[in-house]
Amino acid sequence: MFLRWFLYFILILFASYFIFPLYVMVVTSLKTMEEIRQGTLLSWPSGLNLESWAVAWGGRGYGAGDTFLRPYFWNSIKMVVPAVFFSTFIGAMTGYVLTKWRFKGDQWVFLFLLFGCFIPFQAILLPMARTLGVLGISNSVIGLVLVHTVYGIPFTTLFFRNYYISVPTELVKAARIDGAGFFKIFFKILLPISAPIIVVTVIWQFTQIWNDFLFGSTFSFGEAAPIQVALNNMVLSSTSVKEYNVDMASAIIAGIPTLIVYVLAGKYFIRGLTSGAVKG
Amino acid sequence: MFRWLEKNLPKIVMAPAVGLIGWFVYGFVLWTLYISFTNSKILPKYELWGFGQYEKLWASRKWLISVDNLLIFTALFLIFCVVIGIILAIFLDQKIRAEGLLRTIYLYPMALSFIVTGTAWKWILNPTLGIQKMFRDWGFENFTFDWLVDREMAIYTIVIAGVWQSAGFVMALFLAGLRSVEDEIVKAAKIDGASLFTVYWKILLPMMRPVFFTSFVILVHISIKSYDLIVALTQGGPGISTTMPALYMTQTAFHKSQVGLSAASAMMMFMAVAAVIIPYLYSELRRENAR
Repeated sequence: MFLRWFLYFILILFASYFIFPLYVMVVTSLKTMEEIRQGTLLSWPSGLNLESWAVAWGGRGYGAGDTFLRPYFWNSIKMVVPAVFFSTFIGAMTGYVLTKWRFKGDQWVFLFLLFGCFIPFQAILLPMARTLGVLGISNSVIGLVLVHTVYGIPFTTLFFRNYYISVPTELVKAARIDGAGFFKIFFKILLPISAPIIVVTVIWQFTQIWNDFLFGSTFSFGEAAPIQVALNNMVLSSTSVKEYNVDMASAIIAGIPTLIVYVLAGKYFIRGLTSGAVKG
Repeated sequence: MFRWLEKNLPKIVMAPAVGLIGWFVYGFVLWTLYISFTNSKILPKYELWGFGQYEKLWASRKWLISVDNLLIFTALFLIFCVVIGIILAIFLDQKIRAEGLLRTIYLYPMALSFIVTGTAWKWILNPTLGIQKMFRDWGFENFTFDWLVDREMAIYTIVIAGVWQSAGFVMALFLAGLRSVEDEIVKAAKIDGASLFTVYWKILLPMMRPVFFTSFVILVHISIKSYDLIVALTQGGPGISTTMPALYMTQTAFHKSQVGLSAASAMMMFMAVAAVIIPYLYSELRRENAR
């Protein structure tokens, strides 16, 4: 009995360690600066004061130096949606070929793609910056879509390949004898049973791309920046008095889309994590 | 023509992915490697210059500090993540009430970006209004916790935030590993009179070798690539006391415009990752082929 209590004690102790920063973020975002100076990290806000949220999202309404997240939030959406779509689609196709239309040396092709999951992106930053410049899409959302699509392919291929490998090849063979072609087999046989892996892949790619900072901060600045870059700039800007409540509201706004996905589809999130979490 | 097309359709569909990865991963890494052997400053130069950049790199105090920090960070990050992850996994494995909720809480930091969590930790750890003030207000008037602004200690704040972010992930890996073990083994051991502690220590944990290995690889990989968290928490400061290789590389490339030198640092990171990943991929493939 004592052991059980001890178990629960430790588990709850750790749970409070994990929940502590989130709690602090939320209560701080609801306080006024006056309350922040007088209270402690843990103290409860006096009321539901949403002003810092409004400032974080839409600014104060005066011109220069008024940075707020709304436009960058939309930048991130415009970047994430096409990048997730393209990388998932390409991954599904390559995963399909690698398992159902096998050819000589396909294992090497898979390994060739898989290695892309592991490279430290510092090793490609310099040539990428130049390439985007040459293509005329540096500092643009389109450039980031390209970058995230390309570097997502190794992961999406891995996911689909590992999923399709457990689909019986007999199904495909039978369909081929019946005269079904490459695309027909994909759309009629594989796609209908792909829902779980599509969910895993989309969640994984969405989380990775939404949370990316390295590419965003290297290849974009100013108006084209995604939300993580904007958040960092906002927090670091030392032009005025530090407003921790606005900082915390901004951080929550930047984190809430992935947090919602996590809460709604945690199972799929964890599946992606355990099979693809080689990315930092 | 049509027949040829039909026959080669799978390869044609593969071509874009292979081409993109070939160009953007392999081609780019080779380009970086080449540039690391040149004397490139703001613009790349293509005449070879030998190992000069590597000599410069390993003579640079900032780079040596980065490597030192990386070693400290990696060691502590690994130990704490694995220990906390295993404890949580084993405890959660005891038919705990509200297991789902607890798991969700332990793992949610993984869904957030390091910029978001770094912002939160920076606020919590700041000496004027953060934890230090909280304890002082509670009556511990001499309580001091100013690691964030202390040159010697700032690196440990990055460990705190990094462990907080990733320990739940190790927990998930181990929990999945423990759950995949047959109940029979545990039951048999208990019938033989083994205590719960012995069951875990002598039987289950040794069976988790592959999980240890996977966690090790992933955590080392995360730590070599650490960039966002440092930017959000300390920006490498105070001074340069918390610089790490990834930060060194981007600063050298984009603030100091020392393209050749930064390429050399990127290649050092690349080799460090390769040293961990290639044995891992090799063993994974062998396992798959054995199946």
